[in-house]
Amino acid sequence: MIACSGVGKRYPGGLTALENVSCEIGAGELVFVTGHSGAGKSTLVKLIAAIERPTSGSIVVNGQNLAALRGSALPYLRRNFGLVFQDQKLLFDRNALENVLLPLAIIGTPIGEATRRAQAALDKVGLLDRAKANPIALSGGEQQRLAIARAVANRPAILLADEPTANLDSGSAAGILDIFRAFHQVGVTVIIATHDPQWSGLQHARELRLAHGTLAA
Amino acid sequence: MSAWLNQHLMALRDALRRLAATPLNTALSLFVIGVALTLPAAGWQVIDNVQRIASSASGVQQISLFMALNAERKDVAEIESRLKLAAAGRWHFVPRDTALKRLQGTAGMADLVTSLPKNPLPDAFVIEPLDTSPEAMAKMAKDMADWPKVAHVQLDAAWVKRFDALLRIARLAVSLLAAVFAVALVVVTFNTIRLQILAHSAEIEVARLIGATDGWIRRPFAYFGAIQGLLGGFLAVLLVLLASHLMASPVAELAELYGATFTLQGPSAGLAAALVAAGAGLGWLGALLSVNLSLRHAD
Repeated sequence: MIACSGVGKRYPGGLTALENVSCEIGAGELVFVTGHSGAGKSTLVKLIAAIERPTSGSIVVNGQNLAALRGSALPYLRRNFGLVFQDQKLLFDRNALENVLLPLAIIGTPIGEATRRAQAALDKVGLLDRAKANPIALSGGEQQRLAIARAVANRPAILLADEPTANLDSGSAAGILDIFRAFHQVGVTVIIATHDPQWSGLQHARELRLAHGTLAA
Repeated sequence: MSAWLNQHLMALRDALRRLAATPLNTALSLFVIGVALTLPAAGWQVIDNVQRIASSASGVQQISLFMALNAERKDVAEIESRLKLAAAGRWHFVPRDTALKRLQGTAGMADLVTSLPKNPLPDAFVIEPLDTSPEAMAKMAKDMADWPKVAHVQLDAAWVKRFDALLRIARLAVSLLAAVFAVALVVVTFNTIRLQILAHSAEIEVARLIGATDGWIRRPFAYFGAIQGLLGGFLAVLLVLLASHLMASPVAELAELYGATFTLQGPSAGLAAALVAAGAGLGWLGALLSVNLSLRHAD
């Protein structure tokens, strides 16, 4: 499903975030990308989601070579992914339900069906009763769950999350992890970048450990 | 297809919501656009009316042919047959007695006419040529001057030419004015949309990250610009109508003072439609330019 070969990313100014990373992630896998701060976890996630482009090597997603992809094809590639961002990127000018409606509006889902699907997504993360709340009024854990609901609203094949539990207490973090595992159990490919060591070694999970921009295991 | 239609409907709804969300800004923009469209439209209206006055006024596209005072019946018949031969257009004969009576009827002239010992007026023909171009009329007048017993041929050729040139300049000026205001309208919309984009920058960023096409992002802004321009166009039509209405009775009074009947014409349906369409089109253009520039910056 996702194949990286010899992927490198050097930022302007000489910082090398990733060097010669090769990995394959199959459909339905649960993968943790781990490593210390600055190891290149976020960079790898951004490269896979085609938010950034590698400076060397190639990434193939669903048979499409990202390097060869035209700019106008990018939005359609991104619709394969459910993205959970490190800073969540929730919109505070609308309520929780409307945040989840955004990806559905983008693909032109009729409002009735979109509302049903958004409510279902909120239900899955346990936020249905907070649908009318503004994200600013939600706790950190709830905000993170809302970000997940938005990511899964249009039923993506791949769920990509960057440090989804970074600022959460361990109780909330465990809840978030359960949500991701539930999606994994129904066949979604789940890729989570995290520096939290307690997550590695989970059953049915594979770990890609990054150290100083290269793959350690 | 239904997804496409749905996206457009949602973009339209978004645009209307954004217009309604900032009523003061919307009103100000509408006013600016309305005024920008009103000025050239009013200019056009004025030219249109002046042209109508001119074409209804006598003497502009006529040739007057005055016979010699000693001309007789057969001379008049001769001229008539020559006019027929030359296929000169329409004409009518004004016998000298009729001309005198008409003069008598003119305000202030009655006493003067009765004091005359004999009729000083000649027989005359008033000709309305088919071809009213200044060159053709000049040539026709020159030919007629050589006909027998013709004392004088009067053609307001210079006047026609001058009037023509003036109208052309006025039309050009209005066109230039329209072009300047069209650019202004695009700029106003550009700026409005730029502020809108800044206000929605978070949404645009997220939308792009989760798979929105540039078209999807552009759409509500394009609708916003087009609707704003459209409403501005309506406002301009209303302003021109209002101005025509306010000026109608003073103009009619003035015309009456000159012994003419002239009613000021309001904007035609065509002009109104053109104003609304121009507003919508230019607004749409300004919005597109603005969004495209922002998207290019974001890349």
